[in-house]
Amino acid sequence: MARTIADDLVIVLAGEAGQGLQSIEGILAHLLKKSGYNYFSASEFMSRVRGGANSTAIRVSGKRTAGFLDRIDILLPLHREAIPHLGNRITPDTIVIGEKDKIDHPGMIDIQFTRMAAETGGAIYANTIAAGCICGLLKVDEKECEDFILGYFSGKSEEIRSNNVAAIKKGYAAGKGLAGITVAIEKDAAVKKELLLTGSEAIALGALAGGCDYVCAYPMSPSTGVLVEMASHAKKFPIIVEQVEDEIGVVNMALGAWYAGARALVTTSGGGFALMCEGISLCGMIESPLVLHLAQRPGPATGLPTRSEQGDLDLVLHAGHGDFPRIILAPGTLAEAFALTQKAFNLAAACQVPVFILTDQFFIDSRGNTPVFPVGDLKVEKHVVKTAMDYKRFSLTENGISPRGIPGYGSGHVCADSDEHDEAGHITEDLELRVRMVDKRLKKFAAIRADIIAPKLVGSGDYRTLVVCWGSTFNTVCEAVEALGEKDVAVLHFSWLFPFPEEAGAYLKKAANLIVVEGNSSAQFARLIRLETGVASDHSVLKYNGLPFSVEEVKEEIKKFIRAGGRHGKRF
Amino acid sequence: MENAFDFADKVDIAWCPGCGNFSIRQALLAALAELDLARENVVLVSGIGQAAKMPHYIDTSFFNGLHGRGLPAATAIKACNPELTVIAVGGDGDMYGEGGNHLLHAGRRNPDITLFVHDNMVYGLTKGQASPTSRPGMETPVQVFGVFEKPLNPMALAIALDVPFVARVFCADVEQTKEVMKKAIAHKGFALVDIFQPCVSFNKTNIFKWFKDNTAYLPDGYDPSDRAGAFKKSLEEEPFPLGIIYQSDQRATFEDNLEVYKKDRTPLYTREVDMKKVEAEIMAKV
Repeated sequence: MARTIADDLVIVLAGEAGQGLQSIEGILAHLLKKSGYNYFSASEFMSRVRGGANSTAIRVSGKRTAGFLDRIDILLPLHREAIPHLGNRITPDTIVIGEKDKIDHPGMIDIQFTRMAAETGGAIYANTIAAGCICGLLKVDEKECEDFILGYFSGKSEEIRSNNVAAIKKGYAAGKGLAGITVAIEKDAAVKKELLLTGSEAIALGALAGGCDYVCAYPMSPSTGVLVEMASHAKKFPIIVEQVEDEIGVVNMALGAWYAGARALVTTSGGGFALMCEGISLCGMIESPLVLHLAQRPGPATGLPTRSEQGDLDLVLHAGHGDFPRIILAPGTLAEAFALTQKAFNLAAACQVPVFILTDQFFIDSRGNTPVFPVGDLKVEKHVVKTAMDYKRFSLTENGISPRGIPGYGSGHVCADSDEHDEAGHITEDLELRVRMVDKRLKKFAAIRADIIAPKLVGSGDYRTLVVCWGSTFNTVCEAVEALGEKDVAVLHFSWLFPFPEEAGAYLKKAANLIVVEGNSSAQFARLIRLETGVASDHSVLKYNGLPFSVEEVKEEIKKFIRAGGRHGKRF
Repeated sequence: MENAFDFADKVDIAWCPGCGNFSIRQALLAALAELDLARENVVLVSGIGQAAKMPHYIDTSFFNGLHGRGLPAATAIKACNPELTVIAVGGDGDMYGEGGNHLLHAGRRNPDITLFVHDNMVYGLTKGQASPTSRPGMETPVQVFGVFEKPLNPMALAIALDVPFVARVFCADVEQTKEVMKKAIAHKGFALVDIFQPCVSFNKTNIFKWFKDNTAYLPDGYDPSDRAGAFKKSLEEEPFPLGIIYQSDQRATFEDNLEVYKKDRTPLYTREVDMKKVEAEIMAKV
């Protein structure tokens, strides 16, 4: 069976938790990107520390692609269950490389990783051998592999390092010699100079550039990655990172931190965020800035803890009792994750509102290369004033935004109260003042609107069918529409969800057919669109089994819809 | 006497006439003035309840947040600006009920803040239900068969957590209340002062006379630095000991443990982000 893979390769590693999928992926990510390949990986895993059936899909391509594919070109199953686990993603075209005595699959290429590992010094080296095998197949420079491995294991003993070098060479030789498979993906030297990072890392770097100096959280999948990243930055930057006793404590700590002049970030997921809702309401009442990263996972309740969904939009839109403004962002790319998180801190400080960054497990755990984030023009905007004796924290102003003082900076008193309050911040039951205070808070919507980021149109402006998506699905949906090859189908992606961008109305109204793709069961964004613009979608493509959308299924759904002449689906 | 922390204008106080809160306020005003603290550097933090309205009646900065959530906010305020004097205040429902978990973890962290709990053994603002410190047998419109839960012993709990300043006072003794408050505020580390007070509207059992009859000052020569002895003392009930039950200088504070202050004591808000360093961090991902 001779195969030539010319421009785009999907390698899937499948194994139990604890077998080392992550370490193989970690090695491959750096080596493939260093070689000039565009790299993208996405992981799906069970909520357990050992055992189960997990997989990581690695995409290696000549041009930048970060869509998730069902297709598997090469499968490395590390255990028997990998084959049934991946089901019909394995086709006759899938090249399976594994160990005969462990895995029974017709046409499988037998490479004895375990035996080779034993010869190298122990079973522990099997992962490095597997990584070497892929490197050999993809013609990564062998010397580079050796150098990288030495660095990767730099903290280990001399014996472990040299054994790993031997292991990568052994794997390399096996991969290079694989009969019949030729990989001819073009390398791009520019990729070597790009960043390689996960969604979590991009969010954390954005926070760093946004002047974040206080992080508090309660660990919860899939949001913990951002907490861990920030903790690692805290080794070099003046950032307080505190693991709090519960999420209620988290949000109240974050508000205390902003009150005292810090720039606090909260990172959480569904259930944790649900616990914070009263605190979000407090944030609205005391007009505190707040930046909250919410990595979505399927609910209700504990749901599927390690899986992905876009099901918390409604919650974030409405979290907290009472009326108050908020901003909701949802990055679609690593570059957006960095830029929007950075901006979130300035927006929060400028408008004194909670700013939410909505991601999901798929986005946060994915890894890819992206051009270096520009820092040049970025500024940390504090929007803090030095107070005078007569300072009033909630002074009534033209645009609803009162200059924000902080205690200890100036001679004034900074009084924040969860009760309805007067301009100075004291409890009031003056009901006429109550109305003015509500109006003041809501006025800030107008100030926020000045900063709104319009949705991005990808494709011809001359579309008949418009495919709308938001947040993490950007790359997958764009690739699906591109693969469809229909000239009159375009994509409209929202990275700023709320306040709803008015500019979107014209795009939406122009479409003869409107399709909304989103990862939840009730078409939450389609309903928001209808509420805000009056435009009903003609079809919703929904997914809520915990896995990300794939390029193939989105393409297929759009195709079916167009073939049926449009306007056949449920209206949301 | 003029007090910088008292409002020049008459302030509309929402407490019931005869409430113990008035003498607690009087003691706190005197304590703040006698400690000669700069007004602009004092932050009162509270949650919800009658006691939690205290910040509105003292002329300082304040953060009057959510029910039970004063301590996380207070901890963060002190952590972000250690130059501030941060005092949390609330009732037994606020701090021992709704906010119980935060109390445990404030004990673990040991922030250099002070917590005054107005302990009247009843819920006032919600009109007379049992609190975590209500005595067994107390009948209320909700506990119609009488309270049967074991009351929380905040003194024993705090000493078990090695909270480095643990005291109880009775608000009717304004002088002792003030003196203990001053020591609590001056103490470096987390300080808990449980303040017995009658609730004239909703607690008809634990009235002024009951507190008088069921409390006793710590004896002369009592050693508050002996933790085991203090724990034993804290278990005494009826009479409940009054005074500084436990005091220790053996624990580093939360802020002292924070890496951000190891080389630089300035508050976070005064610092600027080094964008060159951020850039380097980004480039480390190449």
